[in-house]
Amino acid sequence: MIKQTEGSQAVAEAVALCRPEVICAYPISPQTHIVEGLGALVKAGDLAPCEFLNVESEFAAMSVAIGSSAAGARTYTATASQGLLFMVEAVYNASGLGLPIVMTVANRAIGAPINIWNDHSDSMSQRDCGWIQLFAESNQEALDLHIQAFKLAEEMSMPVMVCMDGFILTHAYEQVDMPDQAQVDAFLPPYEPRQVLDPAEPVSIGAMVGPEAFMEVRYLAHAKQTMALDRIPEIAAEFKEAFGRDAGGLVRGYRIEDAETIVVALGSVVGTLEETIDTMRAEGVKIGVLSIRCFRPFPMAAVRAALARTARVVVLEKSFAVGLGGIVSTDVRLAMVRIHVRGYTVVAGLGGRPITQDSLLRVLRLAVADELKNLTFLDLDWDIVNRHLAREAATRRSGPIAENLLRDIGSGARPTTAGKAQP
Amino acid sequence: MGANMTGDSPILQIRIHGRGGQGVVTAAEMLSIAAFEQGRYAQAFPSFGSERTGAPVVAFCRIDDKPIRLREPILAPDVLIVQDAHLLQQIDVFLGLKPDGHVLINSRKSAEEMGLGEMAARLPAGHLVTLPATEIAMKHLHRPLPNAVLLGGFAAMTGMISLEAVVHAIGHKFKGEVAARNIAAATEAHALLAAAKEAGA
Repeated sequence: MIKQTEGSQAVAEAVALCRPEVICAYPISPQTHIVEGLGALVKAGDLAPCEFLNVESEFAAMSVAIGSSAAGARTYTATASQGLLFMVEAVYNASGLGLPIVMTVANRAIGAPINIWNDHSDSMSQRDCGWIQLFAESNQEALDLHIQAFKLAEEMSMPVMVCMDGFILTHAYEQVDMPDQAQVDAFLPPYEPRQVLDPAEPVSIGAMVGPEAFMEVRYLAHAKQTMALDRIPEIAAEFKEAFGRDAGGLVRGYRIEDAETIVVALGSVVGTLEETIDTMRAEGVKIGVLSIRCFRPFPMAAVRAALARTARVVVLEKSFAVGLGGIVSTDVRLAMVRIHVRGYTVVAGLGGRPITQDSLLRVLRLAVADELKNLTFLDLDWDIVNRHLAREAATRRSGPIAENLLRDIGSGARPTTAGKAQP
Repeated sequence: MGANMTGDSPILQIRIHGRGGQGVVTAAEMLSIAAFEQGRYAQAFPSFGSERTGAPVVAFCRIDDKPIRLREPILAPDVLIVQDAHLLQQIDVFLGLKPDGHVLINSRKSAEEMGLGEMAARLPAGHLVTLPATEIAMKHLHRPLPNAVLLGGFAAMTGMISLEAVVHAIGHKFKGEVAARNIAAATEAHALLAAAKEAGA
């Protein structure tokens, strides 16, 4: 059924259609609306049988998820930002134990300074934790990815993180096509665990493993993620066959066939990039965009194949490794070994800074002319940066950075809409 | 239905200004539901800034005949809806407004009385309109929540959406008595501005 709804509500309904048996969550913006929606469905009896647990922290949420998944229940949770960081120890345990939990990460910046708005720092901090990470471009895709995620997780016995941009998607009202229960039931078979805590057939899960086998257990996690590289596009194809929509898979190219410049990005910014690419194409610039829809396992071969014949690659990412530069860029570069291509990294949209077409046009035109720096921070306010550097050079007791910068801006807060352009 | 309801009209961008607690985000969401009800693609989203009660809040709605890919904030609005006229002294709500744009302000005063005569003169006739939305809301809801009232006014003023679609959207967001009272308030605002438009035409 096609309807106009909020992204979080759409995801809640899609998760409910997957018949989770245990949902445990601790509220944190911008994820809260998703589990609120699911809580309402459980309370109304529209999602049954399902146990909804309010837990005391994110660490408890993932710990409950581990227990219920090990007991054979289809299990779901959601979090964001500091919440994800707080559950990290259990996040690694979930993947290390091979438990097919599905978790939404409503992408949000990590503090300090505290910031509730969107970027990819939270998911990127967990890129090596052993979970599969899928990124949604739109609310329709977020909805569709959750249905695929349960199938993928349970087939592979591996947890899956569905990453969707906080606020930009979670709080956006747009049109979605919501499948019906029969369609989802036909696509997603009941959960058949590889391992289960069953009193009738007792096993233990979570043995201590010493040097004699630890490397082998870890290697098997890598081998399984490598196998998932084959299974993810197959599931996307099966989904398209069943639901008639293109969602998921490893990568998706837009106007890349003859492109001399390809922008690589993840998530909802791909839509704004497509508009920008259309503008540049109309000016005769051969440019396209490659959306990475699956970040872990990293689709090395698919990225390499998509970028092999282009002259330059601009990785636009909402994440940033302090002291290094781009995070996605590093992986893309690894995929491009021995391919000669000019590579640029543009860090954009940190902490909810809007990514506008005008700014993208400016930076991509510089890239096409090969006048862009290797590492660029989109719309960085150099004035307040340099003022603070001067302050530190001038005086030892220069004070807290965040407070100083806010004072320099004058209002005590960032403008509310579009960087410096808005009231 | 107005001229903008035809098959290949350009994207319509609406920016709503108000304060936290005034239902600014809900207004944008209802507008998107109303547009969807009329067979169009619509996208509503909040601004990414302070969300405290009383703080200036901005929400956005895009309406188009094709799926909407763009996700930047609305920088050059076709329509501005101002839920709290006091914001005019605080921020430049008109920033980026298209030269032929529409402005609807919640106020008992006329544009001239508000000192906006020059702004009104720059826009096409009838494109800057005030509506006593708080008073209408107090009458029907007994609370100063002007959002649904202004959507009724917006429908009459621009013809970009129908009153029926607004009524449907209110019914989607609110239930029972609250929905009925908001619908009555929006309908009164629609009648008021439709009559004013008729008189001005």
